Amino acid sequence: MSQAPVSVEFERFRQTFFEECSEMLADMEERLSRLQSDGLDLEELNAVFRAVHSIKAGAGAFNYSRLVQFTHTFEYLLDRLRDGRMILDGDIGNLIIQSADILSEMVAAAREERDLAPDFEIQIHATLKNALGEGESQTEVKTQTATMTADQTAQIGWLVDFKPKPQMFRHANEPLLLIRELKSLGECQITTSLHSLPSLEALKPEDAYLSFYIKLRADVPESRVYEVFEFVDGDADITIEPWVLATGPLMVDEDEQGFGFFDQDPLSQISESEAAAERFGVNETIITKSPNSPTRQSQSNAQNTNGGQAGSVQSIRVELNRVDRLVNTVGELVIAQAMLRQEIAVLTETVLTQGQGLHANESLDSLEALTRELQDCVMAIRMQPVKSVFSRMPRLVREVAGKLNKHVRLVMIGEHTELDKTVIEELADPLTHMIRNSVDHGLESTEKRIELGKNPEGEIKLTAAHVGSNILIHIEDDGAGINRERVYNKAIEKGIIAAGAKLTDDEICELIFAPGFSTAAAVTDVSGRGVGMDVVRRNIMKIGGRIHISSVEGKGSRFTLVIPLTLAVLDGMLLAVGKERYILPLTSIIESFVPTGDQLRPLVGGGTLVAVRGDYYRLVRLNTIFGVSHSQSDPTKALIVLVETASGGRIGLLVDELIGQQQVVIKSLKENYIPVPGLSGATILGDGRVALILDIEQLGKLSDQHLKGLDPVEIPELSVPQIHAA
Amino acid sequence: MSTSQETKHMDTLRAIDQARSGPTGNLRQFVSFRVASEDYAVDILSVREIKGWTRTTSLPSQPEYVRGVLNLRGAIVPVFDLNCRFGASLTEATSKHVVIIVSVKNRLVGLLVDMVSDILSVAESAIGPVPETETTENIAFLEGILSINDSMVVILNLDALFENITMADEANDGLKVA
Repeated sequence: MSQAPVSVEFERFRQTFFEECSEMLADMEERLSRLQSDGLDLEELNAVFRAVHSIKAGAGAFNYSRLVQFTHTFEYLLDRLRDGRMILDGDIGNLIIQSADILSEMVAAAREERDLAPDFEIQIHATLKNALGEGESQTEVKTQTATMTADQTAQIGWLVDFKPKPQMFRHANEPLLLIRELKSLGECQITTSLHSLPSLEALKPEDAYLSFYIKLRADVPESRVYEVFEFVDGDADITIEPWVLATGPLMVDEDEQGFGFFDQDPLSQISESEAAAERFGVNETIITKSPNSPTRQSQSNAQNTNGGQAGSVQSIRVELNRVDRLVNTVGELVIAQAMLRQEIAVLTETVLTQGQGLHANESLDSLEALTRELQDCVMAIRMQPVKSVFSRMPRLVREVAGKLNKHVRLVMIGEHTELDKTVIEELADPLTHMIRNSVDHGLESTEKRIELGKNPEGEIKLTAAHVGSNILIHIEDDGAGINRERVYNKAIEKGIIAAGAKLTDDEICELIFAPGFSTAAAVTDVSGRGVGMDVVRRNIMKIGGRIHISSVEGKGSRFTLVIPLTLAVLDGMLLAVGKERYILPLTSIIESFVPTGDQLRPLVGGGTLVAVRGDYYRLVRLNTIFGVSHSQSDPTKALIVLVETASGGRIGLLVDELIGQQQVVIKSLKENYIPVPGLSGATILGDGRVALILDIEQLGKLSDQHLKGLDPVEIPELSVPQIHAA
Repeated sequence: MSTSQETKHMDTLRAIDQARSGPTGNLRQFVSFRVASEDYAVDILSVREIKGWTRTTSLPSQPEYVRGVLNLRGAIVPVFDLNCRFGASLTEATSKHVVIIVSVKNRLVGLLVDMVSDILSVAESAIGPVPETETTENIAFLEGILSINDSMVVILNLDALFENITMADEANDGLKVA
């Protein structure tokens, strides 16, 4: 082991291990999601087995003993299924899915270093063992020797693979002495491999060439065996595995094939452990302690692993902030280039001849093309398939449906649609909530469905697709749909709309997004209290998206989410107030118009309302609340932009003019300063100037009074704006 | 910016590099600058960059001494008018004025000053305390006083001067969790 600070390195390996675990679990989850409908073919079963096996190997290396024990049994079951000694039926399928869920939870707990309840996995673990026991006795009647549950009780000794490195003798170590010492622990059966023995000409007398495979029949702890090899740590590759006596037939297997297999090629067993060690970056420690790894490893499996790795897309891990820096720099490049073009245009008019100018422009054109390509490439780095969120949904549906005793089938389409990593993260919560809602409130109970003549199994469809620079996500259920009359009455009852208000069907549906609205007659522990669709809507709006619902009563409901592909870039409208430039998120704009005098109504107590087709909205004068001078203060000569806030409210913004639509890169004000009320960030315009991005949500809440300039002499406490409280 | 000024900036930056590359015994180095007719200094290690004044984008509803934000190669950096921050009037900024970009607790902040004067290397012991005066409340950001050639240079404690911002950040993070 190197002398480097072990704890730091260890932590890094640990990190890598858990990152890989999440990937493997996600992959497993995805494969298992098809289990109920299509079953698993051998290849998929192998993949799941490999995932569990790798987690076990890693968990062993990091000493997560509970995890090791559980994965061991789980793996054993999968192994049985793989070689056909057990049949994958509905019960076993369910068991596998449950075990996978438990495993995810255990890995998460280990990762966060929190303790699970001592009996957390006991029940399922026992069920697994039972299933194993039953499966065995059913298929293998003649089992007489040592009844095998996957427990360690059946362990009769240790299997030691001892491969001295060439330099062993030079370090004054002698394999024979070690083997003798091992023999003192118990009966040894030793197979010597001559594989690496070169021809006589090439043989160097001072090098070690022989390797040994030792079956030690002794009831001693692993540490005792390990001790024997303690001094040759760096000089030999050593694998110590428990020698577990499986069922009778397996023993025969072992004698007939297993040993033959090792004799022929003792390397393949190790190569897998080694591969695992290397993947977790622990290749300095060649001693891989992976207790309870199955003694029988089919060669085809080893090949599978290798083949799978070679065939997969090569990738590297990069910290997100490095990518951010790249995105930033490319953004700057675009700006610098725009400025260069401007300067060349000026030069062409004054200094350069026409020919020179044209030439420079041509070069600039190709530079621009390259920059654009570069920008696309950089953006693509951050893109990830939406699968990483989607893949959590089957488990969620199972859980919720299980609790509610409903039968639900989840269909997912377009999981490979890509969008920005940060958006994906923001999407997880709203999606979880909505799916939960669909299972809980959307779908009827099984009895009700049978009564209505529907398929007793409800269906929820989750689809994703690209549309322009947005991603479209549909969540559809074939449940009861929205009872408009009930929603309407409830809205009146809750004071969300006035009694007798005339609303279209669609408008009534949209009421479920109103704050303080919740239709569930009984508050269940599934969907919980207090968090309603308004929160979902707010979350979606926060990432610049929109949400709509359409519903046919009795047939089902469909939610549509329109989400921008990235959070780093915003489609904005550049507008002017006096000399200042602001960016307004394009998605929030409803319309803009020059008001007539009678559209503006003063309100008692200050403030102005603007009338649009019979509705009255608050007029927010950007010039007054932002203290901008030299701007148009007469509304009838300026422009009103009607915008919609995340909570569905509308306000009219008074601005001087709209300059044009523009895609901007969002920069944080908080990074170097503090959040400023009314602003969600800033961006850099083509000429290098900073423009501020408006936060409609806050603008609607800001009172004109609050924003009067502060007294310059007083050294004020910069107040913390209540932005994130919502 | 005039050529002599630029040379001076180059010297300053070179000194900063030197200061970063190793300790100089008990000597501390400061960048001194002028605001109104007074001399101030900040620790050289916090200085990131010195640039001429350019128009900033003003932020709404901020104290007057916050002159807005500027674009520093893609980062949005707030600029503080020191004269105004110290209770005097707003600086009539021209292209001759200088913005010193300093790093305070991992944030970049610009200080609008009249001019950069010098690099000072002084022994720790030469830094005198700030005498107690009648208004001791708002001068927590004064770290000490240097006497250079019979004139007074006030050393600023940037952490204390920008406490508002860094504290606001922490408070804000708390809110986010809730």
